[in-house]
Amino acid sequence: MSHAIRADKFLLDADRTTWHDETLWFVREKRDRAAYGVPEFQELRELASGIKNHTLSRLDLYLQEFEAAAQANGVHVHWAADAAEHNAIILDIIQQQGATRIVKSKSMLTEECHLNPYLIKHGIEVVDTDLGERIIQFRDEPPSHIVLPAIHLKKEDVGDTFHTHLGTEKGESDPQRLTEAARQHLRGKFIAGEVAISGVNFAIAETGGVVVCTNEGNADLGVNLAAVHIACMGIEKIIPRLTDLGVFTRLLARSATGQPVTTYTSHFTKPVAGKEMHIVIVDNGRTQQLGRPDFRASLKCIRCGACMNTCPVYRRSGGHSYDFTVPGPIGAILSPNIDMKKHASLPFASTLCGSCTDVCPVKIDIHTQLYKWRQVLGEANEIPAAKKWSMKFMGRVLASTRVYGLGGQFARKALRLLPHGLTHAPSMNAWAVARELPEAPRQSFREWYAKQPQPATQLPNPKVPA
Amino acid sequence: MKVALFVPCYIDQFYPQVGIATLQLLEKLGVQAHFPAQQTCCGQPLANSGCERDALPIYKHFVDTFSDYDYVVAPSGSCVYHVRKHFDKLDQTADVQHVRGAAYDLIDFISTVLKVESLPGAFPHKVGLHLSCHGQRGLHQANESEMTPVRDGQLSRLLRSLDGLELTQLNRNDECCGFGGTFCVSEAGISARMGQDRVADHVRNGTQVLTGSDMSCLMHLEGIVRRARLPIKVMHAAEILNGVVA
Repeated sequence: MSHAIRADKFLLDADRTTWHDETLWFVREKRDRAAYGVPEFQELRELASGIKNHTLSRLDLYLQEFEAAAQANGVHVHWAADAAEHNAIILDIIQQQGATRIVKSKSMLTEECHLNPYLIKHGIEVVDTDLGERIIQFRDEPPSHIVLPAIHLKKEDVGDTFHTHLGTEKGESDPQRLTEAARQHLRGKFIAGEVAISGVNFAIAETGGVVVCTNEGNADLGVNLAAVHIACMGIEKIIPRLTDLGVFTRLLARSATGQPVTTYTSHFTKPVAGKEMHIVIVDNGRTQQLGRPDFRASLKCIRCGACMNTCPVYRRSGGHSYDFTVPGPIGAILSPNIDMKKHASLPFASTLCGSCTDVCPVKIDIHTQLYKWRQVLGEANEIPAAKKWSMKFMGRVLASTRVYGLGGQFARKALRLLPHGLTHAPSMNAWAVARELPEAPRQSFREWYAKQPQPATQLPNPKVPA
Repeated sequence: MKVALFVPCYIDQFYPQVGIATLQLLEKLGVQAHFPAQQTCCGQPLANSGCERDALPIYKHFVDTFSDYDYVVAPSGSCVYHVRKHFDKLDQTADVQHVRGAAYDLIDFISTVLKVESLPGAFPHKVGLHLSCHGQRGLHQANESEMTPVRDGQLSRLLRSLDGLELTQLNRNDECCGFGGTFCVSEAGISARMGQDRVADHVRNGTQVLTGSDMSCLMHLEGIVRRARLPIKVMHAAEILNGVVA
């Protein structure tokens, strides 16, 4: 199923589409105010981009430096080539503890690896402790945004969900009361948690420490109460030095939500005496992307979600229309690397307006990569046959002045003579579902120009005969 | 100065008045532009659809057509952006490099080559300016709301110089209209919704005349305006400027 088909389903509820668009536009405007407020914002972006480019250029070395430093801190470091290895490693750590109750803070990597269903299948209870994540976990839905996972839901939807799962009063939609219900519920889970799983925002090669940014403090609460902490990270999360971190923390929250900084920026470097800390470093297709020169820069992503908030398509189609762990423009350039056939429509779910590239705090050329993925998909025959053959036909027409001129005359004449109901039939003309076609003039510009008296001045001779 | 006029295929066929206004406006500004008759298209519709390879003969035809001119001026930033940015797929011969650098959007040409910042004349209407993404974010002809520091835009400066013209203050100054080339049919639902939202912003804030420097976005917005029978006139900026300059 293509993005367009899923988007059309989302669009059916016009009021909800308006609400979704306006909610995310509000976040985008907050981001603008935060960016305007920092005079050196563009320099920060340049710096962040440079640090990430540098790190990716010698990622192997930094990963080894990170591993050695983490091990020296008493941390267990694990390497996972793919999602299956990642999940198996985590299950093994849990089972060695004889644990069954897991608290997990936000991690797009564990979503990507489908860790939750895997652990549940093995008899482990996994509780997502981020509020948004917990809401969608109750509803058995994937996140629709990487920073705001439940942004597709209104407070009334949350009220219904909590009524079913937490026994709040039917029809309760007061955010304060709903949050309090979740707080009480999660408190019990935190206290009972035996192993805490977290994501990683930044992994510092120099110190071997990992940094987790949250607004709810749920990562800290989970990790500090449980006996074992497992931090899961993709290989691209590395930055070289602790002094590099400030560049990113200044950009991350401003780009994501317009906050100056996330409420909690937690550094986890070594286990507390008597406790264990594990770091799982995951590839899962990242080295393949690193090996694609045109798409390598996508690995600079720090998962702020700014490209989603600004994307006029995402805001009107919803995160689920992308059917990939990371939706929006960045998801559309990451997903074909994972499964080109399944995600073939995503690079086309864009007008190439370029706003994503302009908001990206690490200066990923997102819209250029979308364009380049389209070429890769075209060459791989992963575009609809009708499009492919009509483009081939168009290529012939537009490479020839004569055929183009005749074709244009014919099309305009047809448009003038055929009844409106036929030229604008929605089943035959997608343009006309919501739009009128331009009125076809009797004479094209070139026909008009040919009838004008030509200027007396000497004009250069065209190379190609007309 | 040898200046060629490039009239993009859809303007040639559907909006000849925009090509005529462009030619006449240039003439009034002292530039005699020539229209090489063998021109067709820049190839963007194919390339944006993932068929860059099929577009290469069109690119070559474009370069052959325009390589003898100092400037190639088009009333469409999108086509110009395509020539500048995506003709990198051709062997970079001297001709190819020259044509890529010589391609100018009309408003960019007036502003940066002719260095015209204001025009004499009156247009006493409330005008809504649609900033087209490829001209704005691609060719940097106007400020991008995402970026700092804030800059003035070429077309808004020219329009503001006209007597009696009031520019509409929009809620979203530079959101994409949703045309997007073949996106407008392959993602017809989202495309239409984006266009409807753009038009609604203009209606809400009192636009009488909707303009811009890229006819492709305006074709899409005009289609929505006409379907909804709204009292908004859609005109390319060349038509406004040519109409007021004596």
